[in-house]
Amino acid sequence: MRSLTAAYDTSIVLEDIDLTVDEKDFVGVIGPNGGGKTTLLKVILGLIKPVKGKIEFNSSLINGNSIGYLPQISTGDVNYPVTVTDVILSGMMIRKKIISGMSPADKKKAREIIEELGLSGMEHSSLSELSGGQIQRVFLGRAIIGDPRLLLLDEPGNFVDSSFEKDFYEKLKDLNSRMAILMVSHDIGMISSHIKSYACVNRKLHYRPSSEISNEQLLAYGCPIQLITHGEVPHTVLKSHNDGR
Amino acid sequence: MEKYLILFLNLTMMDGSILQYDFIIKGLFGAVFASITAGLAGTYIVSKRMVFLSGGITHASFGGIGIGYYFGFNPVMGAAVFGILSALGVEYLSVRQKIREDSAIGILWAFGMAIGIIFIFLTPGYSPNLMSYLFGSILTVTYADIFALGIMSVVLISYFGIFYRTILYISFDESFARTYSSYVDIFKYVTTALVALTIVLNIRMAGVVLVLSLFTIPPNIAMIFTRVYSRIILWSIISGFTGTAAGYVISYFAGIPVGATIIFTLVIIWVLVKMGYQLTRYMRKDKR
Repeated sequence: MRSLTAAYDTSIVLEDIDLTVDEKDFVGVIGPNGGGKTTLLKVILGLIKPVKGKIEFNSSLINGNSIGYLPQISTGDVNYPVTVTDVILSGMMIRKKIISGMSPADKKKAREIIEELGLSGMEHSSLSELSGGQIQRVFLGRAIIGDPRLLLLDEPGNFVDSSFEKDFYEKLKDLNSRMAILMVSHDIGMISSHIKSYACVNRKLHYRPSSEISNEQLLAYGCPIQLITHGEVPHTVLKSHNDGR
Repeated sequence: MEKYLILFLNLTMMDGSILQYDFIIKGLFGAVFASITAGLAGTYIVSKRMVFLSGGITHASFGGIGIGYYFGFNPVMGAAVFGILSALGVEYLSVRQKIREDSAIGILWAFGMAIGIIFIFLTPGYSPNLMSYLFGSILTVTYADIFALGIMSVVLISYFGIFYRTILYISFDESFARTYSSYVDIFKYVTTALVALTIVLNIRMAGVVLVLSLFTIPPNIAMIFTRVYSRIILWSIISGFTGTAAGYVISYFAGIPVGATIIFTLVIIWVLVKMGYQLTRYMRKDKR
């Protein structure tokens, strides 16, 4: 992404953004609410056309259709009469624009994903019968069934129940061996243990190719924040800076 | 076929005159096609929470019926045009003009009815068929109406058969589908137009006021015991046919209006299935 600017109508949300995601990278995107994190994902997905600058995919393996996406608030109606298998299979839309039928290979793939995500036995359950964490896993399944090269996650922590939280991030670590991950979260503590690099978005973007969060990135927040460092014993550190808040 | 019909007529102690033969054929095929079309379109409407929108489409199409009367063309044609235009109109008003969707529906709903009433009032002479459009009457259903419903059944079965998954995925999570497919809008408009057309064609069976329940009750009967989309469609068609056929027979023998009887029968089925389901669940729990 090269000096990219994105805007809704006339209000600029992202300005002059540069970000490179390498293969099998795990980028944590942090920043205050309204800072443009979700907009960043939408620009990458091609849902919002940048006003200036462009997105480049450096190999033929990656294009706009090889991005898996787990939306922030799942827009699907959880009371909709649709089965777990069907929701996961709907992720095949990444590859096929119109789906008229599913090949046995697609169905086999869906079964593998269901097993991998620990949803066995729920293949034909409807979403309304599942817990919040299970629903989140179903949507994760939908995001990865198309074998994306890049997986975008928008605030996955919002949805996950705490019993599943650890598993969820372990799962992401596994997935990271197959695909690059770009994860948006305001909860840095949750995500820091597997992250390889950080980007902080608040209209501008500060990028740091390390698993530590820099002071410069903290400045972008504009308020005291709480973060967890992960030395030998994980502990919480409060960093603050003086801009009057 | 003929032989069985005559047998049936004898069994029901009808005299087998042309009038009754006609009545049974229309009723039978009407019930089959109405339950197929309403089962498919109804599952879509109910799952997608479009019941209010469908009510708007139904009532707005009355405007087309009135204009058809006044200018002397087939009122169903007018209703079809009004139905589709109002469905697209709601979309236009809510998305482009930023009017709240439920308000847009409410406005078009009443506007269509108003146009219908004005034109029917302006039409010289009394319109005996008016009641049949409002509350449905099998007596005024023509073979052309049945034929149109038959064609609609074929169209809907093919459309849902071929694009089942695409329709399901788009209606389940439109914004996710939009991320990857550029055909979301086309499918949405085509499906909505087909749903509008299906409702309008069924108006002849149950009337403007009652027709929506043909679409909403059967899927709700099915959803008592299944949450799988394809099974909801299947059981909607089966329960819809049961209710329509039974209601039809009851209305004949009791001499009461057919549309109202069908709806009444469908609600009774819904209550019975609900109670039966609760009871079996209760008994299963008891055993454990």
